[in-house]
Amino acid sequence: MMFAVAILAVLAALALAVVRALAGPTAFDRLLAVNSIGTSAIMLLALFGFLTDRPEFLDIGITYVLLNMIGTLAVLKFFRYGALGHAQDPERDEALR
Amino acid sequence: METVINMEALINMVLLTLLALITLGIIRVRNLFAVVVLTGAYSFLMASVMIVLDAVDVAMTEASVGAGISTVLALSALYLTKTEEAPPRYTAALPLFVVIGTGAVLIYGTYGLPHFGMADTPMNTGVGADYLARNYQETGVPNVVTSVLASYRGFDTLGETTVIFTAGIGVLLLLKRFRQEG
Repeated sequence: MMFAVAILAVLAALALAVVRALAGPTAFDRLLAVNSIGTSAIMLLALFGFLTDRPEFLDIGITYVLLNMIGTLAVLKFFRYGALGHAQDPERDEALR
Repeated sequence: METVINMEALINMVLLTLLALITLGIIRVRNLFAVVVLTGAYSFLMASVMIVLDAVDVAMTEASVGAGISTVLALSALYLTKTEEAPPRYTAALPLFVVIGTGAVLIYGTYGLPHFGMADTPMNTGVGADYLARNYQETGVPNVVTSVLASYRGFDTLGETTVIFTAGIGVLLLLKRFRQEG
């Protein structure tokens, strides 16, 4: 029962994050919203594992956390350097600061 | 047990509604960068649906390929183009017709599928029992799923491993800092 209520709460949070991802005026709003969608999905995954008596879902959750971080890192790196895997340019770094 | 099943249906309904909303958002948004970001959100929600449907391996692939590698590849492509979508040159009537037609045929196709969990489907009456009976003598692996994945379906698993290896290379390229040459 407790897990069911928690899942409902996470679903509500997920819905709010989706609203922000769709409405978000700037790309950063969307990016943060997607990041929290990922986090909520991981919470949902963990709670669902406990709800159906399969706590080993937690391991999958850890993998998701890593993927979520990689995705956000990729997008942020793209923002910073305009490209992925680009050479670091000290002058441009200075200009952005 | 009853509440668990209802819970599954409820989670699926909420997740699928959110997926539909995100899809509409992807169609409407003109900024391609936002589209890439929203596609990542779509993949994460889709992976959650897969997990609730008990297809954990598919969910894993969806999350790593959809949210991980696809985002990186789409961003790399975005680097070569503009970030704003050009106004469409043709009307959407024909593509819309094709898509709706395909969707209708697929929905029609679901009526030919056996009901969920039925015991006399080919899946439950065919080779499944055979594998359960033979796998230990033939492969010596106590876990049936492992024996199917690593022995009976070895080449398929090799392909999947290649996909994961490619994903790993992508992550390494992403995290590495390149020195400027010369």
